[in-house]
Amino acid sequence: MKCTVNGRPQEIDDVWEGESLLYALRERMGLPGSKNACEQGECGSCTVYLDGTPVCACLVAAGQAQDRDVVTVEGLADEDELHPVQQAFLDAGAVQCGFCTPGLLVATHDLLERQPQPSDPEIREALAGNLCRCTGYEKILDAVRQAATAKAEQ
Amino acid sequence: MEFLRPATWDEALAAKAEHPDALPIAGGTDVMVEINFDATRPDVLLDLTRIDELADWSPDGERLRIGAGVTYSRLIADLADRLPGLAMASRTVGSPQIRNRGTIAGNLGSASPAGDAHPPLLADDAVVEAHSTRGVRHIPITEFYTGVKRNALAKDELIAAVLTPPADGPQQFAKIGTRNAMVISVTAFGLALHPGTGTVGAAFGSAAPTPRRATHAEEFLAAELSATGRWDSRAELDPATVTRFGALVAEAASPIDDVRGTADYRTHALSVMARRTLVWAWTDYRRKRVRTCA
Repeated sequence: MKCTVNGRPQEIDDVWEGESLLYALRERMGLPGSKNACEQGECGSCTVYLDGTPVCACLVAAGQAQDRDVVTVEGLADEDELHPVQQAFLDAGAVQCGFCTPGLLVATHDLLERQPQPSDPEIREALAGNLCRCTGYEKILDAVRQAATAKAEQ
Repeated sequence: MEFLRPATWDEALAAKAEHPDALPIAGGTDVMVEINFDATRPDVLLDLTRIDELADWSPDGERLRIGAGVTYSRLIADLADRLPGLAMASRTVGSPQIRNRGTIAGNLGSASPAGDAHPPLLADDAVVEAHSTRGVRHIPITEFYTGVKRNALAKDELIAAVLTPPADGPQQFAKIGTRNAMVISVTAFGLALHPGTGTVGAAFGSAAPTPRRATHAEEFLAAELSATGRWDSRAELDPATVTRFGALVAEAASPIDDVRGTADYRTHALSVMARRTLVWAWTDYRRKRVRTCA
């Protein structure tokens, strides 16, 4: 199976095309950033960009990703520094166990690309598909607001 | 398992004719859940996401033709003004990630009684356009749902599009769930008023083996609005009419008890949703006139 992941061409063998893109990313391409939890699109911890659109990687068949462009949480930062969204999550204390964080980072990244200064209802709506069970959403909302401010100041 | 990736619609139809048991996959929001949990192991998966024409919608005479690959996100972005009921229902589907992938046609293919798109499609008198190598078939939406997760498609057919008229009056949708996001309906209700024809569309999900229209409720309300001249006068509704409409909607249901809710709760919730959506829709209808006159 061939696709582009985080700007690099990937070619992997022996893919069962009915397996999920998430499985292919984690187990075959060595990219464990996207997390595997619910496998039914409920939790959002596997959120990746597929051709520029945020999707649950667990609900994309590996065969459907053939020749597509995938960006995972590993592709958000530059070589040496964190993306402002990632920095804001650290600064705001929006990471506790960290399991939901990759999905939240991709969803927040997408939100701020579409809407650089989101209102609170817009933030809540954009993150409605990402479950957090320990940090608590208040810190996460803080992080999104801080990320928006940081990006605006860039 | 074979994974077929047709590049054109003709190739897809040929593949479906050759492999009648092939399971079509588009957004994967139903199919992949089944595969991930080992609930199904299709011999053949038929990926429809490479067929660009499926992802488009266009006017088609007096109706809108929504390609089978149009996602909920796209429908909300492009058609909320012309199909407000369907757009409202689409907004309640899953989460942004799910709406970015899931399609109206996927709801039809799965034919779950809980599919959010069904009540507005029924209220709008939509038509399912099914294609096969044998030809094209237009299936009225009321004949499409044949049982729990069963539909009227033949084995060699694929859904090409849904045809639905743009709204000619106010539309509403309401859904009961345990929270706002990521929720499968306990029960849902869609309403469309058609002042042009003096008719009413009212339909519900998750309260019968299939999504269903509340025909008696539709006829009662349409007759009441006509007999009292309210389509023209737009006078406030008689509370007794609203109550009776809610009761008739509830009467049309034949729900079961399950993990999401009891039959009694569903029946009661339907009558409440029917009353509320009717009042919302009628308020909208009355306001429109005020605006026109001003």
